[in-house]
Amino acid sequence: MAEPVGAVMVIGGGISGMQSSLDLANSGFKVYLVERGPSIGGVMSQLDKTFPTNDCAMCIMAPKLVETGRHENIELITNAEVEMIDGRAGNFLVTLKKYPRRINEETCTGCGVCAEKCPTEAIDEFNEGLKHRKAVYVRYPQSVPLVYMIDREKCIGCGICEGECKAGAIEYDEKEKILEINVGSIVLSPGSSKFDPSVRSEYGYGIFKNVLTSLEFERMLSATGPHLGTVVRPSDGDIPKKIAWIQCVGSRDKAKGNSYCSAVCCMYSLKEAIIAKEHFQGIEPTIFFMDMRAYGKDFEKYYIRAEDEAGVRFVRSRVSGVEEDPETKDLTVSYVENGEVVDETFNMVVLSIAMNAPEEAEILSHRLGFKLNIHKFVKAGLFEPLDTTKPGIFVGGAFAGPKDIPGTVAEASGAAARAANVIATSRDSLTKKKEYPAEIDVSEQEPRIGVFVCHCGINIGSVVDVPAVVEYAKTLPNVVYADENLFTCSDDTQTKMKEIINEQKLNRVIVASCSPRTHEPLFQETCRQAGLNQYLFEMANIRDQCSWVHMHEKEEATEKSKDLVRMVVAKSALLDPLQKSKLPVTKSALVIGGGLSGMTAASGLADQGFDVHLVEREKELGGNLRRIQHLLSDVDPQKKLEEIISKVKDNPKVNLHIGSKIEKIEGRIGNFTTTLEGGETIEHGVVIVATGGVEHKPTEYLYGENPNVMTQLEFEEKLTKGEIDLEKSNKIAMIQCVGSRNEERPNCSRICCSEAVKNALKIKEKNPDAEVYVLYKDIRTYGFNEDYFQEASEKGVLFVRYDDDNTPIVNPGQNGLEITLKDPVLDEVLRINADLLILSVPVLPQPDSEDVGRMLKVPLTKDNFFLEAHMKLRPVDFATEGVFLCGLAHGPKFVDESIAQACGAVARAATVLSKDEIEIEPTISHVVDENCDGCAYCIEPCPYDAITLIEYMKNGSVKKTVDVDESACKGCGCCQATCPKEGIFIWKFKLDQLNAMIDACLGVA
Amino acid sequence: MAEFEPKIIGFLCNWCSYAGADLAGVSRYQYPPDIRIIRVMCSARVDPMIVLTLFKEGADGILIGGCHIGDCHYISGNYHTEKRVYVVKKLMEKAGLEVERFRLEWISASEGEKFAKTVTEFTEKIMELGPSKVGEDPELTNRMGAAVDASLDFRIRSLLGHEVGMIENGNVYGETKTEEEMRNIIDIAIEDEFRRSLILGVTSSKPASAKELSQIANLPTERIVEHIATLRQKNLLAIDHVDGMTPYYVALRVGGD
Repeated sequence: MAEPVGAVMVIGGGISGMQSSLDLANSGFKVYLVERGPSIGGVMSQLDKTFPTNDCAMCIMAPKLVETGRHENIELITNAEVEMIDGRAGNFLVTLKKYPRRINEETCTGCGVCAEKCPTEAIDEFNEGLKHRKAVYVRYPQSVPLVYMIDREKCIGCGICEGECKAGAIEYDEKEKILEINVGSIVLSPGSSKFDPSVRSEYGYGIFKNVLTSLEFERMLSATGPHLGTVVRPSDGDIPKKIAWIQCVGSRDKAKGNSYCSAVCCMYSLKEAIIAKEHFQGIEPTIFFMDMRAYGKDFEKYYIRAEDEAGVRFVRSRVSGVEEDPETKDLTVSYVENGEVVDETFNMVVLSIAMNAPEEAEILSHRLGFKLNIHKFVKAGLFEPLDTTKPGIFVGGAFAGPKDIPGTVAEASGAAARAANVIATSRDSLTKKKEYPAEIDVSEQEPRIGVFVCHCGINIGSVVDVPAVVEYAKTLPNVVYADENLFTCSDDTQTKMKEIINEQKLNRVIVASCSPRTHEPLFQETCRQAGLNQYLFEMANIRDQCSWVHMHEKEEATEKSKDLVRMVVAKSALLDPLQKSKLPVTKSALVIGGGLSGMTAASGLADQGFDVHLVEREKELGGNLRRIQHLLSDVDPQKKLEEIISKVKDNPKVNLHIGSKIEKIEGRIGNFTTTLEGGETIEHGVVIVATGGVEHKPTEYLYGENPNVMTQLEFEEKLTKGEIDLEKSNKIAMIQCVGSRNEERPNCSRICCSEAVKNALKIKEKNPDAEVYVLYKDIRTYGFNEDYFQEASEKGVLFVRYDDDNTPIVNPGQNGLEITLKDPVLDEVLRINADLLILSVPVLPQPDSEDVGRMLKVPLTKDNFFLEAHMKLRPVDFATEGVFLCGLAHGPKFVDESIAQACGAVARAATVLSKDEIEIEPTISHVVDENCDGCAYCIEPCPYDAITLIEYMKNGSVKKTVDVDESACKGCGCCQATCPKEGIFIWKFKLDQLNAMIDACLGVA
Repeated sequence: MAEFEPKIIGFLCNWCSYAGADLAGVSRYQYPPDIRIIRVMCSARVDPMIVLTLFKEGADGILIGGCHIGDCHYISGNYHTEKRVYVVKKLMEKAGLEVERFRLEWISASEGEKFAKTVTEFTEKIMELGPSKVGEDPELTNRMGAAVDASLDFRIRSLLGHEVGMIENGNVYGETKTEEEMRNIIDIAIEDEFRRSLILGVTSSKPASAKELSQIANLPTERIVEHIATLRQKNLLAIDHVDGMTPYYVALRVGGD
């Protein structure tokens, strides 16, 4: 068979597509990222903040946007759709249609003058129609690629932008293009679409001005939104005092919407309510809901905080209708509370709209040949959650089912691993490695500084007197060359810059233009190509922080620009050439834990050709999956388990260490050494923590005292072994949240509601006449599992709610167990005489998680699950590089979620293992041994635990000093700022360098 | 009360109307003395901003005289004049100033009689209308200020600059726009920019809420809220304070002026 094509097409450029692309490109594959719209970023770019950390969405996403946009092995193809596909896994030929942008992607610099001068306005889709944009536009200010686009529908064709565009990038006559691209596998990540709430006409969306969708409200909250973060009523501009959120608009709604639960709306509504109140204290948020589904990691705490700290009011009721007062435009919300219809007036209503399958789902399914489920999301299996029905085509993110961002990112990495699996033998075959000329040795040279001052079209030049800045720069010490450019970032200027660096023998380069946050890597690259060390480059930000903010003070702006240039010139003379240090990588992995996640991770890595050491302390593989007897699907979990075990056992790349315990782990990314009990040592480059969890042993409800009280897993086991006769034991009660959502363990255990539904259905299957009661606080069968909850209800399973004030009481009685419960809705006391009582107990972390955490220097959450590097965007990484996480060790999750996350860990680990060596940024801290006296003030403040105190013998006595782990240091400089004796510094931010800038600023120098 | 002596200004193009006015003199056609003539080389030189500013400063009537269509000394200057006159009239309408105070007439070098007749009729009309209320009526004065500001806005001016070309020669896609299509596009721009200028004008002296602005601008509050969004994006407007639940906006003055 021919070698597969070492390239992957990722379809859809939201957070999911970006993550898949980055993981693939960073592990040796060429990626074509195809996006329908003009820029990547997806829905996440529209969000204001993200739960449960309330991080600013754009702030955490921007680095990924930039990395995706600049990656040498990711080719962004925007405004494009798949037309057809040919071939098979390993070798697909994909035909794309690329719609015209009408602005040249190569030459447009994103300066934005076209949009400024465009006389035509259009509805701004990015802001959900709450404001206007121009007919030539970028989707949002941080768009990647930062290339404008002409909205042909709205453009009147006046030709003004062509006249204004200094880069000559306007191409009105650009035509559609057909592209043919050869790839080995495909990842689908087109995301989701929005439910149209006007279908639910009783809420008045589209008719009543002050009824908004949750996404519209999200834009309202955003600092880049229509009112810069002030929430105002569209009808009259007032800040709404009382805001109502109506949950499940289009979700859990078989009649007019989707039968499934959209899985994210409860949490985003909590977030929106909290943030709205943060923005304006006078706001009184109320959330109308059926079940509050705060099922994720630390979500329950967020829910509690919303109620206790932010004062969000919760009303458990389905809203029957919304009416508008034609005068005040206030809204009357009708709902039932305690059996009475209540009409309550609000100033604004927010509809928590459902997540629908992407608009293009059916077209994609038809053109690419994979199947959809009944909800028009991708049809996938519980044990193959990332595989479509067509080999070689995988799915990540919301297209596999509604989900939140962490789930999406973990899956996106997982899909990358699955896609890489197909083409692993062709790794590094199509990727580019950049070649650079030998670096010029400048160490003995006097500084020769070149200053390039940018007009940025008219962005800088129309405010700042650029020629005057150039003339001024020429007068500064060490400056041997200064000139101006129309666009310093354009391709032709880059070529010119390289020539000038060589002709003028420049050994320091300064560009005075825009922000180093976006452009420094580009100019550093130019320096490298000219043979100059990239760390001899500096920037002065005279656009974003000067011309754009002092548009009407031209003289002052020019003076400020001169000052900024003078400051970087002063610093530049003191810059040091720095070298990235390289660490070799041991190309094998240690996987801790031989349960479902660990085995999935191990065989995933082995399939990609890496050696794996799988360590399991028990006598056999399988973990918790051994105990699971049936699932919410036809799949037999035990049969699957056997398959997975034999896959691991048969793979020669997997070295099994069964019945082994780890004694210690030493080393760092690329080079770890692990010692097992008994002395065996393993060398490896990465670690995957898949230590799993355990079922909680309850103490309440007669558990352990009465043989008819058991946990859900125990019930499954007994039922399978034939120890329970459902014909005889036909009155069964289940109690949810036994040992979770209480003071000791405030969080929700995520899976127990679905587990209860699963077992209830199993009981009904075996004996349709059995009486099954499920006593619950909130039913949290999120996503597609909602369908099973509905099925159970339809089959007569009785769901009865209880709350913390009215917990069930269980007593041994004459006829089995006597359970009494006060029904808060009906205000009646319910008595059940049950034959069996099944307790839904939480998944707990392994009792020795702390020890593993200590060995690996990775943190745990309050409830002792492992804490990932970032709750939202790094769900399978640890802050410690080279260590990854998956499965129950991260938090409770389902079989498919564990598998997806394990695959995610594989992709993340492969980004390390695929490299021969890891480059380490040199702009990190450095110890000056002669100044350091080992006071160790710097150790505590280091956020990365990168500094250790060491002692060694020097001139016959003990010398104390500190040592920096350069693979752990990120260069923040916290240490430097605590050191009392200049014993530690950060390269490129040394004291003399900063002092030079300060002196230049104050005019001392 | 002294008899009303209207302030009427006439802009006449050098080649036709100004010559026509001369001919009226040569021919001794008599007309009322209130008009003051300003000679321009082409009627197209008369910027909408100049006309609107004059009205804002208290002019009672303005007359523009140009060559007949097709006779323009500068080929098509008067065609542009026509488009601008439209914008001026639209903005006068929005501001609430009688549109009859402004008149465009094509008068050739041989139409001395027509010139005299036009001025006579126009003066009578202005006498009938009485003195302009601008200056006296603060709301009207505010709105005239907004009209002037709107006429200076690049959006309207750039559309004016391209309108004729797009109708006659087609746009960059080779499509020709009809007069009506262009009118609609320009109408939207005039409406938007007038309202935004008015919001800025009002809020530059005193903070105002969306509801107050709605009253002043005589526009539904929901439209005002949309304009506020646009102005806030451009950093021309900010919240000054919040009274109860109602934000009050203030125009931002950028820079040192």
